[in-house]
Amino acid sequence: MPELRLLDAIRQAMYEEMKRDERVVVLGEDVGPKGGVFGATDGFWAEFGEARVLDTPLAESTIVGAAIGMAANGLIPIAEIQFSDFIFPATNQIVSEAARMRYRSNGAFGCPIVIRAPYGGGVEVHGGLYHSQSIEAFFAHVPGLKVVAPSVPYDAKGLLKAAIRDPDPVLYLEHKRLYRAVRGEVPEDDYVVPIGPAVVRRPGTTLSLFAYGQMLHEALAVAAEMAGEGIDVEVVDLQTLRPLDVETILASVRKTNKALIVYEDNRFLGFGAEVAAIIAEEAFDALDGPVMRVAGLDVPAVPYADPLAAAFMPSRAKIADAVRRLATY
Amino acid sequence: MVDRDRQTATVQARHVTLGLSDDDVLRMYHTLALARALDERMWVLQRAGLVPFVISGQGHEGAQVGVMWATDRARDWLVPFYRSLAACLAKGMSARDLMLGLFARAEDPSSGGRQMPAHWAHPRLKILSTSSPVGTQYLHAVGIAYAAKLRKTGEVCVTSVGEGGTSQGDWHEAMNFAGIHKLPVVFMVENNRYAISVPQRLQMAVDDVAVRAAGYGFPGVVVDGSDVLACYEAGREAVRRARAGEGPTLIEAKVERLTAHSSEDRQEKYRPTADVEAARSRDPLVVFKHYLEQVGLLDERRYTEIHAQIRAEVDDATAYAERAPWPDPATVTRHVYYEG
Ligand SMILES: Cc1ncc(C[n+]2csc(CCOP(=O)(O)OP(=O)(O)O)c2C)c(N)n1
Repeated sequence: MPELRLLDAIRQAMYEEMKRDERVVVLGEDVGPKGGVFGATDGFWAEFGEARVLDTPLAESTIVGAAIGMAANGLIPIAEIQFSDFIFPATNQIVSEAARMRYRSNGAFGCPIVIRAPYGGGVEVHGGLYHSQSIEAFFAHVPGLKVVAPSVPYDAKGLLKAAIRDPDPVLYLEHKRLYRAVRGEVPEDDYVVPIGPAVVRRPGTTLSLFAYGQMLHEALAVAAEMAGEGIDVEVVDLQTLRPLDVETILASVRKTNKALIVYEDNRFLGFGAEVAAIIAEEAFDALDGPVMRVAGLDVPAVPYADPLAAAFMPSRAKIADAVRRLATY
Repeated sequence: MVDRDRQTATVQARHVTLGLSDDDVLRMYHTLALARALDERMWVLQRAGLVPFVISGQGHEGAQVGVMWATDRARDWLVPFYRSLAACLAKGMSARDLMLGLFARAEDPSSGGRQMPAHWAHPRLKILSTSSPVGTQYLHAVGIAYAAKLRKTGEVCVTSVGEGGTSQGDWHEAMNFAGIHKLPVVFMVENNRYAISVPQRLQMAVDDVAVRAAGYGFPGVVVDGSDVLACYEAGREAVRRARAGEGPTLIEAKVERLTAHSSEDRQEKYRPTADVEAARSRDPLVVFKHYLEQVGLLDERRYTEIHAQIRAEVDDATAYAERAPWPDPATVTRHVYYEG
């Protein structure tokens, strides 16, 4: 099986879906001849033509709003938001329109669109305040929208295919740091990874560590390190943030009796807050310690200078510290 | 003194010259009058406390029926806004459909009672579901038109908004996108000079919204929204252009808002009485009725007949909707996601 980078897996998923179904179109800023600023649609324009690989005006509300109309009239649009930080001009179209279309029409109209958005920061990303944000909590809050944040190439490809074939709007978040940093085996044949299930990436008994995206890799690294100290960390990759796989989360907590959630977004009301609330509500009787969170600091977003960015992020040291505290609680 | 026969001949030439049959204009009149009668009934029901909320299309019917008549009503799309009652009727929604929406009954085809009244939708009739935020629908129309062009379906999409809505970014974005791709879309602005209470002069520094079309690379026309035939003519040219691949047209219909903004509004607070009275003289229903009388298509007997029929239709729709069952509370969580 070929080893692919996360970016290549994403590109391959879209390429295969465009080949398979001519209703699939891609639209966004610079997705045409340039092939996207990260290269996710590299070569598509030459192969599928400018009508199906559409360079839009620099207008995010247009990208999502037009995609909604295209979907209503028989296309399957994949809308690329160049950086998730710039999705906010399209928020109204996503929240008030795409996510509510089905409910508000009593099931008559769906909205089968995919919105892809590179997100996330860290020292390696050098994105600063407006090229590093985590936006998942804003959108995971919205019923009617599905939110996916893959962490490894195999699932990235399968989840994106699932998103494209999904009859509902899916926000597909791609962590920028992972594009080129992670590799993994990706089959060349057609497969789909269902939206919804979380994946236990590493079984363990001492405590459960929940993460997604780039933080999943930090969590795995810390878990490996902790094994040497006799702390057996179970790492669960949430992978789909909405709908959330509550069963897998609770099963893991019931097994280890301790929960730590790691996420890169601001801590306050970040995605981990919901996970913590669910555990506290549903598995209180199983807990042998406080539900803990390690998250981004509550400053507006990841600052640019390396030392500041490092200070912002939930580093391995911060995670390891929390793991030790919880393990010995 | 003008020779009466000659005058008749000249005005008669108008709808015939436009290629409309006598039957066409009578059906248009029926649609206009039905829209008005339904709308008036909705206010009565609201005042009687039978329904909580009404928003009205009174004064806008001429523009809507005129333009919709220029489309292929089975094949083309409508992306409406909350005053599009007459356009929805023209597209094929029934009086019962509309009343079911007002009463928020389970059978309401627009939303099954989930949205406020006047948030129309009808998939079979190609009427896309509407939300409340003003202006968003222009972009959906543009997407529909893009898909029509790519899939070569020959469909045209009509969408509409008030002049206040043209202040929204989405309005401008949609105009820009449609101009770039020469999309088969007809943009309407139903300009009644008020956005709730805010007058046009505080929405824009131009007299006519239509001039903005030039900035996006396609024609904009101003049309008298009280003149159904003028609206039909503008619509026909816009649809022709769209179908021929020549791109969008912006039609600004100058209309009157004959009622308050909604049943929650008291327009006496911001609108001079004289303005409201002047609006009455531009009532498209009255103007069209005069025209039909002048050309000898509508006399006392016919008028009584049509209106008796409409009254029966409105009575039936009201009684039907009032008796129709409420949505089952058990369905409140349905249709958040696709259910197969
Ligand atoms: C984005 C948004 N802001 C505010 C409102 C509240 N609102 C509803 S209708 C309206 C006025 C719209 O005026 P206009 O577009 O001129 O249409 P008209 O009602 O006059 O036909 C306002 C402010 C809204 N629905 N959406």
